[in-house]
Amino acid sequence: MKILSLNFLTCAVKACKTSPNSYPLHPKDAELVQDELGLKPEMIISVLPRIDWEALKSTCSELGFPALPEAAPTKEELENDEKILKDLHHLLLETSISEGKLVCGNCGHEYAIKEGIANFLLPGHLV
Amino acid sequence: MSRPEDDLAADIHYDDVEARKYTTSSRIQNIQASMTHRALELLDLSHPSFILDIGCGSGLSGEILSSEEGGSHVWVGMDVSPSMLDIALQRDVEGDLMLADIGQGVPFRAGTFDAAISISAIQWLCSAVDSESSPAGRLTRFFNGLYASLKRGGRAVCQFYPKNDQQKKMITEAAVKAGFGAGLLEDDPDTKNHKLYLVLTVGGTQGSDITNVVDGMDGVDVMDARKKIKAENGTVKKGSKAWIVKKKEQMERKGKVVKSTSKYTGRKRKHLF
Repeated sequence: MKILSLNFLTCAVKACKTSPNSYPLHPKDAELVQDELGLKPEMIISVLPRIDWEALKSTCSELGFPALPEAAPTKEELENDEKILKDLHHLLLETSISEGKLVCGNCGHEYAIKEGIANFLLPGHLV
Repeated sequence: MSRPEDDLAADIHYDDVEARKYTTSSRIQNIQASMTHRALELLDLSHPSFILDIGCGSGLSGEILSSEEGGSHVWVGMDVSPSMLDIALQRDVEGDLMLADIGQGVPFRAGTFDAAISISAIQWLCSAVDSESSPAGRLTRFFNGLYASLKRGGRAVCQFYPKNDQQKKMITEAAVKAGFGAGLLEDDPDTKNHKLYLVLTVGGTQGSDITNVVDGMDGVDVMDARKKIKAENGTVKKGSKAWIVKKKEQMERKGKVVKSTSKYTGRKRKHLF
């Protein structure tokens, strides 16, 4: 489960759809892995406005990463500064959670992650 | 040809043996690859994007999405079969994988993806369900979730194998009800290689007309089956036959069950005395 995907995931439980606490999901007992991936500047620039920066900051602090800047970098900053771009690429795409759990802040449902695959199957009564 | 959807749920049908058979068959690989390329052509993405692969299976389609010729997109795959995902892991695909049932919805926040792609998956929504859910409910949850998770102006292309016209209608109607602009693209109709693609658009800049998607593509005939909604100026008299028929059409568009219109519709009953 890449950090990028984690930034977009919400709790799948029906009762949580309306609650603001159901996003972001909080990683628990997470084991991290790093993969080397090709840099795609265009993709990062296009996806950046959709990233919830506050949620990304809280995810980073929960995983014990160095603190992110207060505000998201702008498109111009990304285009001109390759270091910011590389750092973001490393954080969003190359870092992923291989084992652990994702916990919903509203209902407390735990989604297990095994071998990098998050289990979002729900029992029928929660759908 | 036998249809696995009729007998079992997707996660049970695709066990370790079946998943390996599916993935190593060169015939299936070729068909999947050509369908993925066709879907990418319909999505018409100009730069590397963030894509949802619905029913990604062992990552046959995802592999093409992240490859150089496919446009090196970043993708997230959802599938309900653990065995299929296990093979995807062994094949070391680049995308992110999730074990999730698309009939339970799409658990992403609004406006996440640039596009979505689905190869031979959504017909599974129409059958083999447990007693707790119905095909209609699963289709609705899926399309509502998909509609929300795509950004405005985004597109989704779902290739599927409907069992009959009724299933085809059920799927397209569920998509339209969720708010998509929907169209069906048929490749090689009336042949053995017949393939059906459901093309979906979410609002946006290219206009709400679904036929714009195939603009400039060769060998595509457009057949418009949409009902033309006439601009009425409110001159229909309340209680008249025309008024009743209009109301019935409105209810039908909402998806209600409506009695068919006949020559008796809107007639006064006979006086008994």
